Amino acid sequence: MKSFHVSVHIVPRKGLLDPQGKAVADALHTLGFHAVADVHVGRHLIIETAAADAAAAEAAVRDMCGRLLANPVTEDFEIAGVSAA
Amino acid sequence: MKFGIVSFPGSNCDDDAVFAATETLGQPAAKLWHKSHDLEGSDVIILPGGFSYGDYLRAGAIARFSPIMREVAAHAQRGGPVIGICNGFQIACEAGLLPGALMRNAGLQFLSMPVTIRVENTATRWTSLCQEGQRLTMPIAHGEGRYTVDAATLERVEGEGLVVFRYVDAAGEATEAANPNGSLDNIAGVRNAAGNVVGLMPHPERALDQLLGSADGRVIFESVLAAVHA
Repeated sequence: MKSFHVSVHIVPRKGLLDPQGKAVADALHTLGFHAVADVHVGRHLIIETAAADAAAAEAAVRDMCGRLLANPVTEDFEIAGVSAA
Repeated sequence: MKFGIVSFPGSNCDDDAVFAATETLGQPAAKLWHKSHDLEGSDVIILPGGFSYGDYLRAGAIARFSPIMREVAAHAQRGGPVIGICNGFQIACEAGLLPGALMRNAGLQFLSMPVTIRVENTATRWTSLCQEGQRLTMPIAHGEGRYTVDAATLERVEGEGLVVFRYVDAAGEATEAANPNGSLDNIAGVRNAAGNVVGLMPHPERALDQLLGSADGRVIFESVLAAVHA
């Protein structure tokens, strides 16, 4: 078993109202960043886990997302990276 | 009839729920620690409001894995009455006892105020003494109460009469202005198909006496008492 860092992005599902993202976008517009079209606020988790290889580490984190880390009704997740720890 | 009130780390309405059972209804009640595996013979379970586990990750997400939740789910499966109030509603949704999820309020602000809700369904253990269309006033106190569900499930929830309460205005209409948090279809509370599990964001246990502004919450607890004794 080796140690891996798996990085996950969890974001509000597309199409659902994201008031936090809208508030941040409004603030950016106030600062003069008028080119900003949209902002989505989510969570970034880095999970250190032991696994046989990188694929197994990613598979385990996908399972964790499905069962705890992301809400299947309101959130989407993507594995942003897997690296040896 | 014995009430079991689950205390999670961060629950803060558990004493109010005990008060509802003992002082308002004159029934015995026990606080059940979340690490326990024993419902201690409770006939009815209340998942109270608060901020279990500091709302870490998502409101209710971690509490649903507390050891006692396995017993609560089994109790619900057997048809035992369960009510989730505020954070308890969030936990019940996360645990899959009720459809949907509660997201950040549309206006981002934590809301603490009285609201009017309309009883949409009386085929539950918790609304059996209500009249359909009856309006109840009770407080809300939440930052994450926007009821959300995917389109297919919403159709089922509405089609099968699983909506128990809706936010309404003084005239009893479910208007956008009466919707405090942006919930889909003004939904304030839902039930499971069997009607023994109900969840709602407003706090009936904080509306037990006119002295505190409203006694409209009593009918919720009186309903379950009547339902279990029936």
